[in-house]
Amino acid sequence: MRNVTNIRMSGLGGQGVVTAAHILGSAATTQGFESTVNPFFGAEKRLAPAESYVRISDKCIYERGEILSPNIIMIFHPHVITMGKCYTMPFFDGLQEKGIILINMDEMIEFKQGEKEQLQQLEAEVYCVSATEIASKVGGTELSTNMAMLGGLLGITGLVDDQNFEKALIERFSGGKFVASATTAALDDAVKGKYNRTAQLIEKNMEVVKAAFKSVRKYKLS
Amino acid sequence: MSNQQVLNPDALFCNTEKQDMFITGSEAVKEAIKRSNVDMAISYPITPQSESMHLVGDLYAQGYLKDYLRGENELAVMSEVAGASMGGVRVFTATGGPGTLRAFEMFSTWSGARLPIVCAFMTRGLNSPLTIQPDNIEMAHILDTGMIILHAENAQDLYDMLLKAFIVAEKPDVHIPVGVFADGFFVTHTRDRVRIDPESVKLPPYDPYSAPVPVIDMENVPVRLMRDPFVMKSNFISYAAHASWQQEIMAAAMRSRKYLDKYLEGLMDIHNEKAKVMVVASGTAVSQSREAVERAKNEGMDVGLIKIKCLRPFPVEKIKAALENVKTVIIPEFNRVGWLYREIKSVLQKDMEVIGAPRVFGGMTMPAELILDEIRRCQNG
Repeated sequence: MRNVTNIRMSGLGGQGVVTAAHILGSAATTQGFESTVNPFFGAEKRLAPAESYVRISDKCIYERGEILSPNIIMIFHPHVITMGKCYTMPFFDGLQEKGIILINMDEMIEFKQGEKEQLQQLEAEVYCVSATEIASKVGGTELSTNMAMLGGLLGITGLVDDQNFEKALIERFSGGKFVASATTAALDDAVKGKYNRTAQLIEKNMEVVKAAFKSVRKYKLS
Repeated sequence: MSNQQVLNPDALFCNTEKQDMFITGSEAVKEAIKRSNVDMAISYPITPQSESMHLVGDLYAQGYLKDYLRGENELAVMSEVAGASMGGVRVFTATGGPGTLRAFEMFSTWSGARLPIVCAFMTRGLNSPLTIQPDNIEMAHILDTGMIILHAENAQDLYDMLLKAFIVAEKPDVHIPVGVFADGFFVTHTRDRVRIDPESVKLPPYDPYSAPVPVIDMENVPVRLMRDPFVMKSNFISYAAHASWQQEIMAAAMRSRKYLDKYLEGLMDIHNEKAKVMVVASGTAVSQSREAVERAKNEGMDVGLIKIKCLRPFPVEKIKAALENVKTVIIPEFNRVGWLYREIKSVLQKDMEVIGAPRVFGGMTMPAELILDEIRRCQNG
């Protein structure tokens, strides 16, 4: 049997869910796993729902498209939950038993009536991390929120190790090979504009990852 | 660039040291065109294809192509591509969904003029109503334009098929256009491990004087080629010439089989050929079927899978033979009309159960569970 980890990332357009998935998938392949990564969004615009999906497996991966039964769900913005900005309702629809949810939140989000019970029934593990705050304080820009989310994920699961993660980060931001869509390229420029050198970008982002790694905390469902 | 080494197709396809890249389908298009010795490319953006031709534009900027331009719309692009091909250059373009339909007149024109154009189609839903999401209904429309039609399952197929399409299209006894289809988003936007040839090699150039029709040059100016089209004469010879010309295009597609067979290693693949229940699919539906078939196997069910790689020419005899002793055929598709179902039905002589399900359209993925449900139903029935 294959051992597949299915990760669904839900966020808002511009938060970097596609880039986060790219880096995680790239790190996983560097570490010797098989991985596929794909996004899902409507006509591209900021703050609209955007999702991406990462499959990581020890053997080949066949299935394509949206992940309907994730083991791990990452929520990049509270509005995904409170304003229904995602492609599934409720936001954890399809979560496998004993699945993991990581939410970017500073203040506690109150789940809707019944949702807490459903999550308890699934024996879900819910974690939170102040990803946006960490990105601003440690990285100096909210644009690193996606890095903080990945840091939080690694803090919970250790899916890929630090070295391979950093390699993927370097490849994404300093290689000449990658060509992003126009809007993503504009955001890339904005991120790079914050730092003098790409090396500094990588260093700062790794700091964000490590800070988030340490600060991820469990959300008590009961 | 210009210092790429020309390899003969067999050497390039089989003997080079390939390298793994973690790239999207759009990037796989770029990598294929980089090694295809393409003279000219013409683009017009449409989701989910835009990134592919954008990346081909980058190749032009880096000196891999001699010319690149953006057309006014898809009909203009496909017409310009026809002009370039008549002028004897190797030309590439890509479109998808509504773009395909807007350009539609030209696909039959390409075949009719025996132009070896290679076009990538990144399928998307048509405006019924407007969508940008995946759906391959446009393939129902394009099957009978006279083009060779290949359907890629993933980025690897897309890369391989594009390189091979140029070689097959330009064979003097074929010399008709090839459409390489890939399901939009599921292939174009999905990042996956793809085995790529070294950057230092490319295909041999196109030789326009090997064409079965005269190329436009200083001896054959456009007016000499266009002065006497069949339609201008109302007589028996004119009609007979038109009919036999169409038959010759069909025959050219038939003659492409031997090359496609060799380069694609068969127009279709069969897994577990002795099974009584067989899933038949093309494109991304094959990937979803692989997952379903594996799960069925784990549940102790005996199911086979046929992957159709080439829809025109359609592997009629091979399909007949493969389904000879099969009890039930399941055909999952990413469209509403079930064009593959129709194709398969049309070649089956005996009465057998053919299930045209599941069909997913309008932009969602096809969960393997839906295919598995159909498999379970056959086993119980």
